[in-house]
Amino acid sequence: MNPLLEIKDLHATVDGNEILKGVNLTVRTGEVHAIMGPNGSGKSTLAQLLAGHPAYTVTSGSVKFDGKDLFDLDPEERAREGLFLAFQYPVTIRGITNSYFLRSAVNAIRKHKGLPELDPLDFLQVLEDKLKAIGWDDSFMNRAVNEGFSGGEKKRNEILQLAVLEPRLAVLDETDSGLDIDALKTVAEAVNALRSKDRSFVVVTHYQRLLNYIVPDFVHVLAEGRIVRSGGKELALTLEEKGYAGAGVGA
Amino acid sequence: MTAHFVGAYKAFAANGASGAPPWLQEMREQAIARFAEVGFPTTRLEQWRFTNVQPISETPFELQRATWEIDPAPAGVSVSTLSSAVATAPDFVRAHIGRYADVATNPFTALSTAFLADGVVIRVAARAVVPDPIRVRCRIPQTARPMTHPRLLVVVEREAQVKIVEAYEGETEGVSLTNSVTEVVLEEGAQLDLCREQREGAHSNHVAASHFHQARDSRLVFTTVALGAGLVRHDIHAVLDGSGAYLILNGLSVLGGHQHVDHHTTIEHAKPHCESHEYFNGVFDGDSRGVFNGRIIVRPGAQRTDSKQTNNNLLLSHSARADSQPQLEIYADDVKCTHGSTVGPLDPTALFYLRSRGLGAEEARGLLTYGFGAEILDRIAVPGARQRLDSEIRSRLGVPEMAGSAA
Repeated sequence: MNPLLEIKDLHATVDGNEILKGVNLTVRTGEVHAIMGPNGSGKSTLAQLLAGHPAYTVTSGSVKFDGKDLFDLDPEERAREGLFLAFQYPVTIRGITNSYFLRSAVNAIRKHKGLPELDPLDFLQVLEDKLKAIGWDDSFMNRAVNEGFSGGEKKRNEILQLAVLEPRLAVLDETDSGLDIDALKTVAEAVNALRSKDRSFVVVTHYQRLLNYIVPDFVHVLAEGRIVRSGGKELALTLEEKGYAGAGVGA
Repeated sequence: MTAHFVGAYKAFAANGASGAPPWLQEMREQAIARFAEVGFPTTRLEQWRFTNVQPISETPFELQRATWEIDPAPAGVSVSTLSSAVATAPDFVRAHIGRYADVATNPFTALSTAFLADGVVIRVAARAVVPDPIRVRCRIPQTARPMTHPRLLVVVEREAQVKIVEAYEGETEGVSLTNSVTEVVLEEGAQLDLCREQREGAHSNHVAASHFHQARDSRLVFTTVALGAGLVRHDIHAVLDGSGAYLILNGLSVLGGHQHVDHHTTIEHAKPHCESHEYFNGVFDGDSRGVFNGRIIVRPGAQRTDSKQTNNNLLLSHSARADSQPQLEIYADDVKCTHGSTVGPLDPTALFYLRSRGLGAEEARGLLTYGFGAEILDRIAVPGARQRLDSEIRSRLGVPEMAGSAA
């Protein structure tokens, strides 16, 4: 079976500066990979580039998603094929309610799969089940997307989208940043509830703390645009104890 | 060309208008004298810096009456033409009309008052609660170069609750001038939802002044939506003149082509413990142009004022332009006043966010643009008006309804 995500010797620039300098990573279906690294190592660049952020230019290398060349796909096509990015800084969309936004997204993906679009009542049913499964209520559904949300609420909202859109690969970009420990636990529980043998995760984080709650199968250390170490979940603990420099990584 | 307008006044005063009571004739005379003295405003005046009305001043408009379409008045409400109100309730009309719309500060208001004859008076009796909205539609005649001066007076007496729609419409594609003045009085505890719609032809000039006078504990939600006309200048002046008064000023302009809209708003906190929220959004495409000037005055003694103003402008083309000017004048020390404004194109990060959720680029752009309008329309509490304007804005922006129903 093909790996779900296969990154080979990926180089990328932003504003002419090379950020990724030959990244290799293979993620199979059902696996959870954590990517750790110091600030400026290229973690968020990699996450956003996978989703198709226009600020980054790929200069060489390849990324295959389920056997398809990822760079042949626009951001919306990647989403419809089952790739999801939980943003580090979720965006406010004025005037559009969370429920309208989510239904638009679900219907865009259903249309791509040849499924009939959901009307508001069908959608409400789907939403209620998802909310229940991750233990949240619907109080944010009739507010504009992320408008006036606290940091924790925004991150929750990203995970709700993940739950509703049911991607095959979810990339979580520093989902733990700015969360207190209670909010972190809530978000991690929601993510864990969405783990399945049919869904893979790439969890990008600066801190080992998150990985106490979302326990990965593999841990990679990204430094200066390359993956410099890979290992099992114990690698995260080594990094926690010794720091990036102590673990042989230039901080 | 002030002379043309003064000449039109003389003809007006000499025939149809001569039957008016002396107080009204006097009011008109004073108004035309003021207009003759100051003439049309020029862009040398700070208040008119961005809006050139020279084309209006140089057009030989012909005085016409608008056609008014008015819903039957529900219980507790009297709706009548201005001329019949002048005949049947002269003291009532005289007590209010021209009291708020000051001929000295705005030459167009002077012109309107000089031609004062064509209008509608709505009076809502004390404690009346009127569930269904009252819709007043003012249609511009399809004659050559029509000039109309529609006047609306609304008095909501104490503790009454009512919803009103005022709409200005014209099918004509030719040049026209609509110079409207609306005066609204809210007595103690009165509540009004007022929605103003304007859809006139591409070569029409729409000049408007809305004056709101609020007594204590009154509540006004005013929404104005500009979709039509070639040139729009709308002055809005609200006075919160009793403690506990509450005001929402809500405005939306969706323009393209060579359209120009200029909103000048003044909110005057005259008494303590009043609250005002002002939200104006503009979406500008083509060579269109938006101007927003939002002035907030907190009078001495108006402590515990809570005032918030936002003005967001979306530019959809390189040649569209928007200017935003907040003006805060605060003469009390225990107040909360905030303001913020933005001018710019669609946010590329927001666009990426929507696309990363599976929405196509066009759909994402449409949704972000529509959101600028929906944010304003969501505050309209007048049944029918919200849906009507929503579908007009969707069709203007090419954003289809999703299967099923709206947001």
